Amino acid sequence: MGWQRKILRVDLSAGTAVAEPLNMEWANAYLGERGLASKYLWENMDPAADAMGPDNVLIFATGPLTGTMSSTSGRYAVVTKGPLTNAIACSNSGGKFGAELKYAGYDLLLIHGRAPTPVYLHIVDDRVEIRSAQALWGQTVWDTEGWLKSHHQDTRLKVASIGVAGERGVYYACVVNDLHRAAGRSGVGAVMGSKNLKAIAVRGNLGVQVDQPERFMAAVRDTHKMLAESAGRKELTECGTDAMIDSMQAFGGLPTRNFQEVQFEGADKLNPEAMTEVRPNGHRNLLTNKACFGCTIACGRIAHIDKTHFTIVNRPQYWHASGGLEYETAFAFGPVVGVDDIDALTFAGYLMNEHGMDPISFGVTLAAAMELYELGVITDADTDGVALNFGNAEALTVMAEKTGKYEGFGQILGLGSKRMCERYGRPELSMSVKGQEFAGYDSRALQGMGLGYATSNRGACHLRHDAFAEDMEDQSGAGKAKPIKVSQDKTAMIDSTGLCLFTSAAWDVPEFQRQIDAACEGDWPESRLWEIGERIWNLERRFNLAAGLTAADDTLPPRMLEDPAPSGTAEGKVCQLDRMLPEYYELRGWTRDGLPSHETLQRLGLEESKA
Amino acid sequence: MQKALLIDPEKCTSCLQCELACSHQHTGMFNPVQSRIRVFEFEHGARAIPYTCTQCEAAWCLHACPVQAITVNAATGAKQVDADRCVGCKVCTVACPYGTINYEAHTGKVAKCDLCGGEPQCAVACPTGAITVSDPDTATHAINPLLLGRGATA
Repeated sequence: MGWQRKILRVDLSAGTAVAEPLNMEWANAYLGERGLASKYLWENMDPAADAMGPDNVLIFATGPLTGTMSSTSGRYAVVTKGPLTNAIACSNSGGKFGAELKYAGYDLLLIHGRAPTPVYLHIVDDRVEIRSAQALWGQTVWDTEGWLKSHHQDTRLKVASIGVAGERGVYYACVVNDLHRAAGRSGVGAVMGSKNLKAIAVRGNLGVQVDQPERFMAAVRDTHKMLAESAGRKELTECGTDAMIDSMQAFGGLPTRNFQEVQFEGADKLNPEAMTEVRPNGHRNLLTNKACFGCTIACGRIAHIDKTHFTIVNRPQYWHASGGLEYETAFAFGPVVGVDDIDALTFAGYLMNEHGMDPISFGVTLAAAMELYELGVITDADTDGVALNFGNAEALTVMAEKTGKYEGFGQILGLGSKRMCERYGRPELSMSVKGQEFAGYDSRALQGMGLGYATSNRGACHLRHDAFAEDMEDQSGAGKAKPIKVSQDKTAMIDSTGLCLFTSAAWDVPEFQRQIDAACEGDWPESRLWEIGERIWNLERRFNLAAGLTAADDTLPPRMLEDPAPSGTAEGKVCQLDRMLPEYYELRGWTRDGLPSHETLQRLGLEESKA
Repeated sequence: MQKALLIDPEKCTSCLQCELACSHQHTGMFNPVQSRIRVFEFEHGARAIPYTCTQCEAAWCLHACPVQAITVNAATGAKQVDADRCVGCKVCTVACPYGTINYEAHTGKVAKCDLCGGEPQCAVACPTGAITVSDPDTATHAINPLLLGRGATA
């Protein structure tokens, strides 16, 4: 138990939906969610296939703890080959959709092929229908969810869908569920769009059982208590992830104006105090905090925009509350594009959710466009007459909307920073790895972050490792390989449980182990969980190598490697990737060319896998 | 002794731990559709309201039941359904003005909050104190200001 032991395989080309038993051998070796979906992806497609073609497979995956009473048990992952990176893409999301999919009886949902015309899936337990989405094509995420609930007369329907950005192939389009939670990164929404799949609407009535209920409930009680008492959890509840903005500003790791600088003069207009400040007219950005399914942290922000603000003054359809700023959105619409207008940032966040786009990739792509504009490489003639200067709040919101609707210069921004900068002959201005944009941490100040970005299997990402403490203590490149490797394996394991990475504010491997061991059949010692994490990392690596990536893709833009940080604690430093990377390969048991060695594959049981 | 659940929507984050705990207590499964407490969300999640039986004094469900399947638990004051006696006629679901006693197709019976025999698991599970147990016989804690019509004094 823990697992439902059933998956749903949908072939949109053939118009079929068939349930089949979960491969328990794979579940035992890869756990669930990220790991198990990566295994299914590996076994079900050619990694060299076109990410936007019908041969790509799109997988929605829950974990063995999804839908249980473990804190943060609402997670699901979307795993596919990503168009932004042409590497394996794995984006996970909270909200309530994942648990509902599990309650409908499925551990995984595999989507093959491409529907001849737009469709959506309607799943109620064993009843699965592929229905026409003609009425929904061209609609926003928000309108799609409303239409589906109304059409099926079911307010408790849970919906994951794409907006026009996903339909039209914006390379970083995401899958949004529950209005403002998203499988955000790597363009998984564009893959969904390429399959002519507008939405998945699901209701589950079957529930989830665990293997040893009494042991499980004891583990739940204790782990809930640990979270409740943890200072890190308290900060997430009170400030959300946005608390990070003050520490990154002070540290000098807050990427500003396309990573030309590492500190932003407007940071205090975007921090948690700014979100809770009551203005002279009585407006306060933050309304409340909100939890995802099962979550006892509730880091999610619910905000609203001042009705007199230029962005919405004449648009009452946006006068309602919705998802507010988190650290990454604050970074991506703030420092990196030089904007300090919190209402404009909040509105840009609304637009990302409404149209289904990754705010990080959008913001960093816009930042690159702003640098191109200020350098004179592009002009008003390219940008539909919008002055793309750093700091222009109107440019931020106008371009967010144009990209979401796939109009004008938004179509160029929709390429992502790598393709856009190549198009204008300035590839070095794209702040990305493997085509995916950096998150809000500068790798000159946080050296291990640089190694993490360079080696992340889904392209630059801050959530594929966790070495913040080590990075803030020691700014040399020495000894970084180990904490990065270890935390990459741990993160891969946590991402495969069905729980949220943020629980690691209070929990470590023993806490996950206790819950997995009670929920799942068999013995789950910590050593087994560590091995699963490492196995997942190496399988993802193999997928990427088979897709055509090489060690040459494990690098950073020249700005990180050659231009010293202009201020902050790392002033004068560059990222010492050349020092860290060989040590990392060796520690991983990979060759100097970044290939997992025969011994490593054998040790992890990966050798028998598809060649 | 008479107990009831005090609910403060201002504190609810919509995490659904209450629904998970309730369904586990009553069915052995984690299955929110079988929870006797439900959280309703409004305006993109800006407001969330847990809702369940108030164990009301009038007890319409109890009086409407033609087979006396609903009785008052002497220890807690909870109005509870005797599943062996319930014939699934649904008259109580019509009688209840709050919609907090519901028919379950898979059992053919009705189900409602029974205060878990005196230790409501939803209140135990709630991480924010949005759901607490009120015991008016011994209560010294403040009454939920929402129930007093906070708007009128503002």
